[in-house]
Amino acid sequence: MFLLCLGISITVWFTLLFVFIIMPAVLGVSFGIRSFYMRTLLKIFEWATLRMELGAKEKNQELYKPYTNGIIAKEPPSSLQQEIQELRGSANSLRSEPEFEMADIFYFCRRGVESIVDDEVTKRFSAQELKSWNLLTRSNYNFRHISLRLTVLWGLGILIRYGVLLPLRVTLAVTGICLLLRGGVTVVLYVFRLRSYLSEKVHLMCYRICVRALTAIITYHNRENKPKNGGICVANHTTPIDVIILANDGCYSLVGQVHGGLMGMVQRAMVKSSSHIWFERSEVKDRHLVAKRLGDHVADKTKQPILVFPEGTCINNTSVMMFKKGSFEIGCTVYPVAIKYDPRFGDAFWNSSKFGMVSYLLRMMSSWAIVCSVWYLPPMNREVKEGEDAVQFANRVKAAIAAQGGLVDLIWDGGLKRAKVKDVFKEEQQKLYSKVLVGDSEDQMEDKRSEDGTPEGDESSKDPAEGQ
Amino acid sequence: LGGSCANLLLSHSQITRLYSRFTSLDKGENGTLSREDFQRIPELAINPLGDRIINAFFPEGEDQVNFRGFMRTLAHFRPIEDNEKSKNPTASEPLNSRTNKLLFAFRLYDLDRDDKISRDELLQVLRMMVGVNISDEQLGSIADRTIQEADTNGDNSISFNEFIKASFVLTLHTLL
Repeated sequence: MFLLCLGISITVWFTLLFVFIIMPAVLGVSFGIRSFYMRTLLKIFEWATLRMELGAKEKNQELYKPYTNGIIAKEPPSSLQQEIQELRGSANSLRSEPEFEMADIFYFCRRGVESIVDDEVTKRFSAQELKSWNLLTRSNYNFRHISLRLTVLWGLGILIRYGVLLPLRVTLAVTGICLLLRGGVTVVLYVFRLRSYLSEKVHLMCYRICVRALTAIITYHNRENKPKNGGICVANHTTPIDVIILANDGCYSLVGQVHGGLMGMVQRAMVKSSSHIWFERSEVKDRHLVAKRLGDHVADKTKQPILVFPEGTCINNTSVMMFKKGSFEIGCTVYPVAIKYDPRFGDAFWNSSKFGMVSYLLRMMSSWAIVCSVWYLPPMNREVKEGEDAVQFANRVKAAIAAQGGLVDLIWDGGLKRAKVKDVFKEEQQKLYSKVLVGDSEDQMEDKRSEDGTPEGDESSKDPAEGQ
Repeated sequence: LGGSCANLLLSHSQITRLYSRFTSLDKGENGTLSREDFQRIPELAINPLGDRIINAFFPEGEDQVNFRGFMRTLAHFRPIEDNEKSKNPTASEPLNSRTNKLLFAFRLYDLDRDDKISRDELLQVLRMMVGVNISDEQLGSIADRTIQEADTNGDNSISFNEFIKASFVLTLHTLL
């Protein structure tokens, strides 16, 4: 009797799965179930937040952590010269000799303490803090037990997420990966001419299943700018899932290191159906070799566009950090893409120092959903005529992506997650301050030139003969 | 923790904010910060006086600072609010008064805590701020001139009072 029930329920389960999820994935149509789900969730979150606000008011507690209520009255950043000038006041601007004021130390003092209280870089390497609660304890930094109803709702949420959604998603993920592995083999059996067409179809189908496995609700904007063959697609990096999200809408060649184990199997299978660029660990250091292989791939117009994440590491989706210039030196068209995740439904950021890959995937699959927007930006080329070098080009692309995604554009290197900052930046600060002390002998000659943004060009009333 | 916070005059929300900052810096998760934890902040690591500022957090001879110490040092920099002055005129001066801020800066110079800034100590700080960009002789002459101007009692070093007078411009502005 029990076995019969079990048998029936499993059959029903798989039929539903097949009809509602796998078939649409294979055919590329959508029932709109996921957007309905998303809207329902939003309504529930709003209700929950309202309850919490009411509850907090009753108990006279503060609900939200004060972000703007800083310890230090932080002023907007201006250049070192300007700030020290302000510090000294107008009384000293008449002196023409190298000036030092004991109070100059306050500038560095204040900057230092400001950065201790809050700095722009370290907070990018941990998950973003939310202003309202989304019924997941993992993002519950400052919300305590407010009411019974809310706790019941949270308990229900756990039941649904771990009992219903998680097994569903794991099933789908396994299906998707199996298809990916098998798909490569199957395609080889077909006629060579149809190979690329078929492999594209299989590829897209697998990724669609994976997307449903994560309940990822993706909105693509400006699809007319989608990357074309012979170009490089550049995007900001938040999580390995970025690949699935982009590959859901088009075929890309991936670049990366050769791994062992399951990842290695997947990599080898993928190579059978389309050309990807996998490097051995030893080859990664050889920048020349990397550039050559990328260049060769791009030159072949029949090959798919390469997908690159120039930040080199995962950042928490509130900012874009320095782009490594390697991919911008190749000299082909760059297609920038901005990806922005909606943190209300689940935080997609992979904090690799805290979570391994498996526990990260489990967390992803037990969140409510992964909601994101993808913007395809118009293609960009390096302006060789105007003397733009790879670094400037990279910064230009980065600024465009940051502007579109609503992210903060930082010049700091994502590698600071693990490595120390280079001394050269400290030396730059020291150089700037020395200029304030003794003046810059080049300043006087450049007085005639129109200002090009360098701050030291304006306030030099110093006599050039005494400047040294 | 509540009692000793009273004279720090930090609000509850400011303390919560500082505590979450403290825990995010505390990578070892042992309730204290070491010098390496501070060095991990890139903007602090490139500050020429970064090491001295970090030192200011650590009590004499110790390598770890707990949250109370962290808060105490940071409380120096809370913006001064006018309504506090009238609250309790008999209480000892709040930590973040102008004098205490100047004392904080004075101690950045005065490493050996003898309440005087000697020529050597001044040179050390100058060297930290300019790096390799200025020659020894020029730096020496800058230091000499500074001491000449600030030193009023002729002992060839700068006491705290002389330091306050030398930075008099700042006491006119609401700094930090």
